[in-house]
Amino acid sequence: MNFEIPAFLPAVPEMFVLGMACLILVLDAFLPDSRRDITYGLVQATLLGAAGLTFWLAGPETQITFHGTFVADPMSDVLKLATYVVTFFVFLYSRPYLMERDIYKGEFYVLGLFGVLGMMIMISAHNFLTLYLGLELLALVSYALVAFWRDSPRASEAAMKYFVLGALASGLLLYGLSMIYGMTGSLDIATVAAALTAAEEGMNVPLVFGLVFVVVAVAFKLGAVPFHMWVPDVYDGAPTAVTLFIATAPKIAGFALLMRLLVEGLGPLHGDWQGMLVVLAVLSLTVGNVIAIAQTSLKRMLAYSTIAHVGFLFMGILAGTDTGYASAMFYIIVYALTAAGGFGMIILLSGRGFEADQLEDFKGLARRNPWFAFLMLLLLFSMAGVPPTVGFFAKLAVIQAAIGAGYVWLGVYAVIFSIIGAFYYLRVVKLMFFDEPVVERAPADRGGVFATAISINGLAVLALGIFPGLLLTLTHYAISG
Amino acid sequence: MITLSHYLVLAALLFSISVAGIFLNRKNVIVLLMCIELMLLAVNINFIAFSFFLQDLAGQVFVFFILTVAAAEAAIGLAILVLLFRNRSTINVQDLDAMKG
Repeated sequence: MNFEIPAFLPAVPEMFVLGMACLILVLDAFLPDSRRDITYGLVQATLLGAAGLTFWLAGPETQITFHGTFVADPMSDVLKLATYVVTFFVFLYSRPYLMERDIYKGEFYVLGLFGVLGMMIMISAHNFLTLYLGLELLALVSYALVAFWRDSPRASEAAMKYFVLGALASGLLLYGLSMIYGMTGSLDIATVAAALTAAEEGMNVPLVFGLVFVVVAVAFKLGAVPFHMWVPDVYDGAPTAVTLFIATAPKIAGFALLMRLLVEGLGPLHGDWQGMLVVLAVLSLTVGNVIAIAQTSLKRMLAYSTIAHVGFLFMGILAGTDTGYASAMFYIIVYALTAAGGFGMIILLSGRGFEADQLEDFKGLARRNPWFAFLMLLLLFSMAGVPPTVGFFAKLAVIQAAIGAGYVWLGVYAVIFSIIGAFYYLRVVKLMFFDEPVVERAPADRGGVFATAISINGLAVLALGIFPGLLLTLTHYAISG
Repeated sequence: MITLSHYLVLAALLFSISVAGIFLNRKNVIVLLMCIELMLLAVNINFIAFSFFLQDLAGQVFVFFILTVAAAEAAIGLAILVLLFRNRSTINVQDLDAMKG
């Protein structure tokens, strides 16, 4: 048996992040609490370095290495770059929040960096094994992060719920994968797809059985109805800095999971999983948008809005065309960026011993700080899909894709429910601009860096909406090469 | 003669028991952790059975990785459990209701 040395070059960003994460972990142990900024700076530098490496190695060709377990293609490049950008903002926003709660520890950032590594592996997976390992790395990091604030009973309860349901989802995924492995005889995604194409004729019961488990597990991980029970509790119970982390970049990785597993691996079974995704999308749109109306906590409201956004993501995927995948990718990147700004705004208004996570806390924000109220307005408009923000183009693209695939009724349904959804976003706008302030405190001074970052984030939502062509071209390039 | 389907039925039974355990259990969080372990072991039986009957080693390699990840998962689960007990002095599933979910 001869052993070939695999090509390492396509995986250099992953190796860099892994090496730096280990290095920072050791270094952080020797730093006194007053020098924690060094850890923070190094982590951010690692993200920038990884972005540089990914950009440098990016190319239109598909490279498969490590004996078929790892792939670097245009889609992985674009998704990884989006992950770095979103995570960079997340880490920046979380810094003052952690400081005020005396949990400004290196572990948060090192765990976050390992989470980024998990997402990168998921994005570049070309084998069920790598896909599973990346998913678990991300999941284990997320459980630990939710429980990170050790003195908060709510956080530990949320962590336990997240852990049990996340582990259940992993178990379902593995069971489904084992069935598919048994029926196709391979764990390699391309080989599985080839075996499925060859054995097209007739319904293969164990295979469809495995497919159901896989779809349910993915729905669990992304938080689609009826597998959404954990989303509101975890978002609400976790410290806002952690909510910010788990609500943004992992959604991009979740999209990669859908693409690698359902589209690339189980693509020949498209007819079977399309129907399941339709059901999930309809239920998510309904439940997410309707229950969000009843929320008084902004964090819970955004959690239900995430569920509704996952419904839109599924609409793009189920179309089963390159345009559909590209529109879903556009949607999820835009969503991650907007959600980062939305949760960042909660952190901006919070202070020591005070969480601005109730809708009440946003009353009269326009009088206290017009600029931040304007940024929040842009972010909410984008989530609701009001032109000229980018959220409008994202919704337009997925609805077009669904209609193009012959699901006109689903497109109409999505439009109706995004109008219902607009109600609770616009209610926050009304609270900010037309109500009297309840809390007479000006937003705490977060320093110029934070204000600049959130301004860039808010204005990016507007700028991408006025010039959507750049990101649209990028996503089409990512899918079609 | 023990055939592939015997193994699959056994794995399916174990898997069903573990899922039922997660949803029916109202008493103790530790039982939930045991159910999760049982679920992963049921999957392992599946993988090894397929691996043997397909004459393909990849399935057995996967099992080693699942075992490793399961160990890490159990460690994190127990750590969260200790934290939960410290904060709330109970590990009763029914008492985990500070947030309605």
